[in-house]
Amino acid sequence: MSDLPTQELNNIVEEIRGAVANSDSLGSLEQLRVEFLGKRGRLTQQLKRIGTLPMAQRPDFGLAVNAAKLQAEELINARRAVLTDQSIIRRLKAENIDVTLSGRGNRPGGLHPLTRTLERLGEIFQKMGFDTADGPEIEDDFHNFEALNIPPNHPARAMHDTFYVGESALLRTHTSPVQIRYMRKHAPPIRVIAPGRVYRCDSDQTHTPMFHQIEGLAVDRDISFADLKGVLTSFLRAFFETELNIRLRPSYFPFTEPSAEVDISCVFCEGSGCRVCKQSGWLEVLGCGMVHPRVYEHVGIDAEQYTGYAFGLGVERLTMLRYGVDDLRLFFENDLSFLKQF
Amino acid sequence: MIFSENWVRQWIKLKLDTAALVECLTMAGLEVDSVAPAGPALEQVVVGRITGVTPHPQAVNLQVCAVMLGGRKSLDIVCGAPNARVGLNAPVALPGAILPAGRMIESRAIHGVMSNGMLCSAQELNLGDEAGGLLEFDADARPGQTVHDYLDLGDKVITIDLTPNRGDCLSIVGIARELAVLTGGRLKQAELPGWPDEGEAHIAIAIDSPEHCPRYVGRVMKGINRAGRTPCWMRERLRRCGIRPINPVVDVTNYVMLEIGQPMHAFDLDCLNQRIIVRQAKPGEALDLLDGSSQTLRADTLVIADDAGAIALAGIMGGSASAISAQTDSIVLESAFFSPATQAGQARHYGLHTDSSHRFERGVDPELPMIASGYATSLLKGIVGGTPGPMVEAVHPDCLPKRRPVEVRRVRIDKLLGIRLPKPRINKILSRVGAQVQFTDATWRVTPPSYRFDIDIECDLIEELARVHGYDKFPAATPRLDLGHLDAEEATLNPVRLKQALVDRGFHEAITYSFVDPQIQDRLYPESASITLQNPLAPAQSVMRISLWPGLLQVLSTNLNRQHRRVRLFEVGKTFHPENGETREIERLSGIVSGSPWPEQWGAKARDADFYDVKSDVEALFTLTGVPETFSFHPVERPGLHPGQSSEIQLNGKSVGSMGQLHPELQRYFDISQSVFLFELDLAAIKYRKMPNYRGISKFPAIRRDLAVVVDEGIPARNVLNSIQNTVGENLTNLELFDVYRREGIDSKRKSLAFSLTLQSYSRTLIDSEVDMIIDRVLNELRDKYGAELRT
Repeated sequence: MSDLPTQELNNIVEEIRGAVANSDSLGSLEQLRVEFLGKRGRLTQQLKRIGTLPMAQRPDFGLAVNAAKLQAEELINARRAVLTDQSIIRRLKAENIDVTLSGRGNRPGGLHPLTRTLERLGEIFQKMGFDTADGPEIEDDFHNFEALNIPPNHPARAMHDTFYVGESALLRTHTSPVQIRYMRKHAPPIRVIAPGRVYRCDSDQTHTPMFHQIEGLAVDRDISFADLKGVLTSFLRAFFETELNIRLRPSYFPFTEPSAEVDISCVFCEGSGCRVCKQSGWLEVLGCGMVHPRVYEHVGIDAEQYTGYAFGLGVERLTMLRYGVDDLRLFFENDLSFLKQF
Repeated sequence: MIFSENWVRQWIKLKLDTAALVECLTMAGLEVDSVAPAGPALEQVVVGRITGVTPHPQAVNLQVCAVMLGGRKSLDIVCGAPNARVGLNAPVALPGAILPAGRMIESRAIHGVMSNGMLCSAQELNLGDEAGGLLEFDADARPGQTVHDYLDLGDKVITIDLTPNRGDCLSIVGIARELAVLTGGRLKQAELPGWPDEGEAHIAIAIDSPEHCPRYVGRVMKGINRAGRTPCWMRERLRRCGIRPINPVVDVTNYVMLEIGQPMHAFDLDCLNQRIIVRQAKPGEALDLLDGSSQTLRADTLVIADDAGAIALAGIMGGSASAISAQTDSIVLESAFFSPATQAGQARHYGLHTDSSHRFERGVDPELPMIASGYATSLLKGIVGGTPGPMVEAVHPDCLPKRRPVEVRRVRIDKLLGIRLPKPRINKILSRVGAQVQFTDATWRVTPPSYRFDIDIECDLIEELARVHGYDKFPAATPRLDLGHLDAEEATLNPVRLKQALVDRGFHEAITYSFVDPQIQDRLYPESASITLQNPLAPAQSVMRISLWPGLLQVLSTNLNRQHRRVRLFEVGKTFHPENGETREIERLSGIVSGSPWPEQWGAKARDADFYDVKSDVEALFTLTGVPETFSFHPVERPGLHPGQSSEIQLNGKSVGSMGQLHPELQRYFDISQSVFLFELDLAAIKYRKMPNYRGISKFPAIRRDLAVVVDEGIPARNVLNSIQNTVGENLTNLELFDVYRREGIDSKRKSLAFSLTLQSYSRTLIDSEVDMIIDRVLNELRDKYGAELRT
């Protein structure tokens, strides 16, 4: 039996071994694969010689060709694995970037700090079951004063420096007229807040002619002064996220009785006395009281059956305390250096 | 209200120190605003009596005073004061004393004469503003005593912010009375001294308007001592309570007002014509007032008049013609009750606000006039002597305020306060507050005292109970949570969601005043009416805005001036529109953009924002509604905007806003060098969102075809898009215009528009030949409608 065909196979395999080892890219490796193992590849061609061999040699030669093909494939695969790894490494090297450069595109701006406060307060009151109501900013004398038990020439009017736009049309001086509008439309039980802009013709370091208030109103069969104290305590603690103390001081508003000013323990010094609280340890934050019977008369609610409380708070005041803003006028200058801090 | 602490303590014995007193008042609703010492410490400043005055040998204007300091101690002091005279008691700053202004006193020679201290004026001791002579102490001042002790400068001056309902506390007695209620203490003095009449002289009084003045007391005092001097202690008390001493008569009337709360007035009797008449002013009647002003009176003003005409604005201010002067020999003392309703707003109408009007507007005790008249007489007797005549009282009892009993029910107390006060506690408080108290059937009947104008109905008494009991003693009830009704409709788009969308796109929110500069507003809206403020603070804030643009433009300008080159701002707020005499308020969302659409960065080329940058911000808002296709932009020319870059925004064909570039002329008006874009939308148009309604997902493959056509420049892209949409119909699941091409290879008056169409059926697989037919149909339609050619 001649060894010749087998020897040739061996030579081809050795040739492949050499070529594969020299191949330096996946492309040239693929060429090698086609050259040797493709349909017309040299090893594949060897199989065609099988017919020229004696019958007895045929099975052995067939096995030998297949073994050579297998060997060649292994060589190529092994090399492919190596080259693949190398190409990933090369790509990784080429694609190295500076991750400290900032990302591309737009960046968010921000909500006005007063909106931020209004939103937080809205959420807190919503959780306590309060609805939200709205009213006109150009009001009439009846809703802004008369129905709130502030008749013409009442000394309390002197405290409301009013902008007038007509005979009895005025810019509302507080959000309290929304109470009147709401109670005229809705029967108790009522639990509502009314946020919005209010106006007073006063402008200096601590006053702007426009500012924001939130009015709160609850009317039901059994609402007491203690409930008012409870709601205020809950909301102030939630807003400032601290167990601050609150103090109610008797005061006077024509549309509530008893009336109170509400102080919180100073959020800057925790009550020990500082510049902001004028060493008193307390900060005045809002006014409140039990709805006055004359107000019920104006809106047609039976004061014998129902009781309720109302409160009005200054949004600017709370925002200043919350974020440490020390000049009210900044809110309306809208300087981006200011707005960008919120 | 400013008061002297020790003066109050003279009226009531209190166990409280100053701090506790302040706390007690504040927690009872008499909010203490400040506590200040009555005067400086004045160490080494004592009372000295001038025992000898000799001319200075070297200086004409100076004298050398021998000053006795008690016992045998005496000092020579050089002094230039014109009122330095033998017998005068005056303050002496001894060597070593430091005056309030910082000056240190030493013994030194003045023009060759040793001066061993300094005789001082009120101003030098910070005890008033008189600087023209020495501060004169009373004759009974004890030489050698420190001025601090003599004047009781350890006293405190307390300022309280009184609420308008508590006119009864506008006096020393009022505060003492209030403290008696709060502490259960007792007033030390039940009655004030009066003075019997000594002569016959009196004046006739006629009240023409008893409903406005139900009581008027007048008393004549003849032959007063013109040289009389207000005693030092009285001047000091006036000063502490914020009133400047003037002359003995005026000082006494002020003193009585401060102490017991009855405003008084004194007329010069010799300037009066016959009698006193209390009446309404005659229309157009004129009156010259003490402050030098001349007023033309309104017919609803109450005046004090004599037979010749008005002599005083009742309860507000006296006239200058009958004022007390240095020549006054005889006076008429007025003390009256003017009804608060009459007084309300009167002073303000004349631009006045006086101690008297302040009290009468809030209500003065109608029982006081006689007492005050007697007390003032007794004080005046001690200072200026004179012969008081009888007190003449004109009174109309029917018109005096009634103090009817007020009932308060146990059940109402419990219900309103949410705390059960024990009955003895209620009894105690009400008996301190009320003049008379009865209890039957779980109800108290309380007759308020004549000075409490604020106790009229049941809840006034409940307030008193809460106040005197102490607000701090009330529990804070746990909030009751009941979610009766939630107002969170899903189809309502919360404005904050819209705001947040803009924030996420790099906008900051602004809040500007609702009143704007009419000049700016007129330039943007020359044809629209606006609402004018009758009393604006400044011309630039004098009209209500009809758009948020004027405010935003000013904010833009401010920010550009402050070196912010990139400005993206929005505001949500109301605009105000006159409509048939009424006002319509419209909520709007508006924005302003200038400078680069994105922050300066390495990865994107810097450029100024253009129309389409801003349009995409606006379209983002429309996307939130779920029905962006219902909004459309239409070219429009309008004032204020660039005619070629201005668009009306419509929702289903109805105008709901506009956007565009600021007109270059206005840009120049604001002195802005970069382009400015504005948008404004009615919030109502974007406040709703479509409720999602699920439709199945097609299981069949989608086919994408691209198509480029050339059309005339003037053809709006939106029209072509609409035609494609309509021609293809429901199988067109997506349509994008992905390129607009001008220049090379295309007629200069034409443009190429390239579209991608995605087609997909819900019921079957579309085949190529079918799609080819659809595209042919589209091309035919575009050719017919717009003269479009297929670009190859």
